[in-house]
Amino acid sequence: MQLDKLNLLYRQLILENAAHPQHYGHLANSSYHLMLPNPTCGDTINVEMVFQAEKVAEIAFTGQGCTISQASASMMTSVLLGQNLVDAKKLIASFSRLIMGEPISDQENQALGDAAVLASVAEFPTRIRCATLAWHAADNLLDQYLEKKHE
Amino acid sequence: MDNGLNNSRNDFEIFQQLINGEKLDYLDSAATAQRPVSVLKAVSDFYRHDNANVHRSINTLSSRATDSYEAARDKVAGFIHAVDSQSIVFTRSTTESLNLVARSFGDLVVTAGDEILVSEMEHHSNLIPWQQLAQRKQAKLVYIGLQADGELNMTDLKRKLTSRTKIVAIAQVSNVLGTINPIKEIARLAHEQGAYMVVDGAQAAPHFAVDVQDLDADFYAFSGHKMLAPAGIGVLYGKKALLDQMSPVQFGGEMIDHVDEQSATWAAAPLKFEAGTPNIGGAIGLAAAIDYLQALGMDKIEAYEQDLMAIVLKGLSQIDGLTIYGPLDAAKHASVLAFNLGKLHAHDVATALDLQGIEVRAGDHCAQPLMHYLGISAAVRASFYFYNTRDDVDRLISGLQRTKEFFSNAAR
Ligand SMILES: Cc1ncc(COP(=O)(O)O)c(C=O)c1O
Repeated sequence: MQLDKLNLLYRQLILENAAHPQHYGHLANSSYHLMLPNPTCGDTINVEMVFQAEKVAEIAFTGQGCTISQASASMMTSVLLGQNLVDAKKLIASFSRLIMGEPISDQENQALGDAAVLASVAEFPTRIRCATLAWHAADNLLDQYLEKKHE
Repeated sequence: MDNGLNNSRNDFEIFQQLINGEKLDYLDSAATAQRPVSVLKAVSDFYRHDNANVHRSINTLSSRATDSYEAARDKVAGFIHAVDSQSIVFTRSTTESLNLVARSFGDLVVTAGDEILVSEMEHHSNLIPWQQLAQRKQAKLVYIGLQADGELNMTDLKRKLTSRTKIVAIAQVSNVLGTINPIKEIARLAHEQGAYMVVDGAQAAPHFAVDVQDLDADFYAFSGHKMLAPAGIGVLYGKKALLDQMSPVQFGGEMIDHVDEQSATWAAAPLKFEAGTPNIGGAIGLAAAIDYLQALGMDKIEAYEQDLMAIVLKGLSQIDGLTIYGPLDAAKHASVLAFNLGKLHAHDVATALDLQGIEVRAGDHCAQPLMHYLGISAAVRASFYFYNTRDDVDRLISGLQRTKEFFSNAAR
C-alpha cells in the first residue's frame, strides 16, 4: 500500500504544527503584512512582521490551508523570529533549495530547525507550492523593508 | 461494468499505465476527458494525408480539408440537434464561446440599468464575461441562490427574472455540485420576460443527449476536450437570427466579405466569428469524438454514469464525517461529485488518493463565488465518465476510508 509514503510527507512534527500552529494570529501593530494566494487551491496565507534594530522582532501568520501550508508557515515563524535581516534572507534561500530537492549544507539544515523536516515535500512536486507560500510572503516583506530603508 | 461501458476502457491507451505503482484510476474527466485511439487516429490521419488550410486555396488538398472541416460542423450540429450547421461557430473552448457571446451579443442588447442573471454555481467562465459586460454597460449582475441540497432555487429565479433581465446565463450541469439545471423551463421563463438564454454546456454535452431546439437555448457553449476531442476546439451554438445580428469580435482573414482601404464587410455567420486559420485538426478530432460517443449512445452513457453515481453516493455517504455537496439523488446528480472529508483539507485528501493511483481534483474548481456560498475554501472533486469502472469507484470509496484512518491515527 502506497499510503506508507504518506508517512514521509505527513511527519509527526508537521501534523503537530498544522494542528497547533505557532504564532498564529495578528500582530498589534505590524508595519509589514502580505497576503499570498495559492492559485491552485484557493488557499491564502497572510504573514505579518515587525522589524526592530535590523531584526525580525515579531512575526505572525493567519490563513486557511492544507496541512503542509499551515505547518510550513508555523515552522517558518519560529525559524525567522529574532533573526537579523541577512540571516533571515539566507534561511529563506536555504529553505527554498531544500524544498526543491537541492542539496544544502548540514549547517543550513541545522539552522532551519524543525522546518528541515519539510525536505520530504520535494518528493511531492504538486505540494511544493503549499510549503513555500508563507516563505515567499516573508521574503517579500523583507525585500519591502530593505527597499524602504534604502530610499 | 468492470471494463467501462461496452469495454470502452480498452480504447484508451492511457489506462495501461501505473500511477504511483497503482492502476490509474482517473476521476478527473470534468477537468478534461481522455482521448480514445479513434480520435487520435482521425487527427493524425488528417495531418498525414489531408492537411491544408481551409476556405482559401483552390486546390484539391484544400478542398478536401475544407470539406472535412465543414463536415465536422455538420456533425456538431447533428449532435446537439441544431436546425442549421451555420449556427455552429467553432471556437477554442467554452470559455472563448461565452466570451464571444458576452462581447458581441452582450454589447448589442444590454444597456445601463439592465440585469444579467447568473447562478451561484457558475464556473468563472460563465461569470467573469458577464461581470465584465455589466461593468462596461453599467448593468447589474444578479445571482440566483441555491437550495440546501445544491439545486437551483427556482422560486428565487422567478422572483429575480423580470422585464429588466436581458440575459440569463446558467450552466446545464454544475462542475462542482453536479446539479442538473432545468434549462428548458428556465429558457421558457426567460423568454416570457423577453430575456435571452445562454447555456454553459461544458459539463452536460459530454454526458447526455442535448437538444438545443427542445431546450430553446439562444446560445449553447461547450468544449471538445471534455468530450474526448483534442484541447483547443470548442463550440458556440447560436440561433441563426441572433448570430446574423451580431458583430465579430476578432478581425482578419477568413471572416471578411469585401475589404477596402478604409472599411470592410463581413462574411455571414459562422465564418465571420472565425477569424484566422481555425483549429482544423481539432474540429476533425471533435467529429471523431462525436462518432465515438454516438456509437456508444448518449442515452447509454447517461444511464451508465447514473449507475456509477448511485454507487459512489451510497459508498461515500457511509463514510463518517464526509460532507457531500450537491444533490444526494443520483438521478439529479451528473458525473461530478464534490466533497470534503471531515476537517481535512482537500489538498491533503487529494495527495493521499494520488498515492493510491486515484486522480481527483482539489481546489476551488474555478468557482470561487460558489465556494464562498458553501462557506468553504476548497473541496475534493471526483468526476466520472463512461470509461470508469465499478472498480474505479470502489477504489475511491476504500481509498477515502484509508485516508481517513491514516489521518485520524496520525492525529493522535
Ligand atoms: C461548467 C464549466 N464551464 C466552463 C468551463 C470552461 O471550459 P474550458 O476551460 O474548456 O473553456 C468548464 C471547465 O473547466 C466547466 O466545467
